[in-house]
Amino acid sequence: MVKKIYFQSIFFSFFFIKEAFAAESGGMPQLNPEFWISQIFWLILTFGIMYLVLSKLILPKISKNLESRKSQILENIEAAEKQREDSDAKLKEYDEIISKSKLEANSIFNQAREKVLKDIGAKREILDKQIDNEMAEAEEEIDALRKNAREKINKIAIETSSELLQKLIGAEVNNSSISAIVEDLSKRNGDKYYDN
Amino acid sequence: MAANPMSQFEVYRIGPEIKVGAFDISFTNASLFMILSTISILLVFNLGSKKNSILPNKIQLLAELSYTFVSKMISDTAGSKAKPYFAFIFSLFMFVLFCNMFGMIPYTFTVTSHIIVTFVLAAFIFIGVTVIGFIKHGFGYLKLFVPSGVPAVLLPLIVVIEIISYLSRPISLSVRLFANMMAGHTMMKVFGGFVISLGIVGGWLPLSFSVALTGLEILVAFLQAYVFAILTCIYLNDALNLHH
Repeated sequence: MVKKIYFQSIFFSFFFIKEAFAAESGGMPQLNPEFWISQIFWLILTFGIMYLVLSKLILPKISKNLESRKSQILENIEAAEKQREDSDAKLKEYDEIISKSKLEANSIFNQAREKVLKDIGAKREILDKQIDNEMAEAEEEIDALRKNAREKINKIAIETSSELLQKLIGAEVNNSSISAIVEDLSKRNGDKYYDN
Repeated sequence: MAANPMSQFEVYRIGPEIKVGAFDISFTNASLFMILSTISILLVFNLGSKKNSILPNKIQLLAELSYTFVSKMISDTAGSKAKPYFAFIFSLFMFVLFCNMFGMIPYTFTVTSHIIVTFVLAAFIFIGVTVIGFIKHGFGYLKLFVPSGVPAVLLPLIVVIEIISYLSRPISLSVRLFANMMAGHTMMKVFGGFVISLGIVGGWLPLSFSVALTGLEILVAFLQAYVFAILTCIYLNDALNLHH
């Protein structure tokens, strides 16, 4: 408010003084040397003070501000660049690790499969052998049983027939003659009973 | 209203008459606007340099753009050797610019429309540049007046022309600024006068001229400050880097 009144008073003072001077002026007021010394004096004074303040106080500050901003921006850009490089390197590393571990996993899987297949093959062979052996043994046993069966039956037949003859006839019968007859019978009918 | 378009250039005393010996150094309207320009410049650049934020605010941006503008102008025209004179050229450019721009406000006084002001500035530049030239190159600075590759027959004539052009530098520098400012302001005043005298019926044409002229004059105000500063740089370049 005070400022406003001040400036207004300055402006109004111009009008009054201007009116007073306007009447007597003629030609170029610039060539009137009345106030030349005053203008030179005030020019040197104001310009000198302004130059001193600007050159000693203000311009160094602006230059320092500009420089510090420049350096800070450069620093930030550098830091950002470095971080980007770091992250790129890390990404590469990560990719390498991933591909390596993929390969490793593949090889482990393959190895495990081969091993399992081998194991299965070996076990199967062993089992096959066992089965073959057992089957051979069983066949042998069966064969043995078959052979023994004839003799045992023959023996039973001989004993039974000798006892039968003793009870029927009441006399001792020669075992050897009976056995010869049984042998002969069994040879004749053996194929019928044992279908060999 | 004063009808005389030249009355806007009157200098008059504000306050009492101050005399130092035989010299009258009274405070005048010219002094007032010199002080106003100076204070505005110091205010703007002080505010613009106070805080140093990474994202500058408007006034800081203004100060820093002006700084880089002038600094680039100097390094482009006078090279890196002109760095010590940066503060002076910056002050000069800002002083002339602000005085010109203050003159664009109605009812104000244009400091730079006075030949004595521009002449003192130009004379100071001329003397300063000449002194710098002689300090840097000794009497070798006089080679400035002898361009290389000129036939010997023409040499006397060329040297005379070169000396005259060198000596007329302060006059051309000061008259250019003073005449531009005075002519522009006189023209605006004349067109303003036409608006009044032609009245509501015919006053529109000069009014539109006046509007256009105001824009033009703002451009001229900037341009003349720029020309003043860049010519100073060119003179400084002659003194620092003797190319002839």
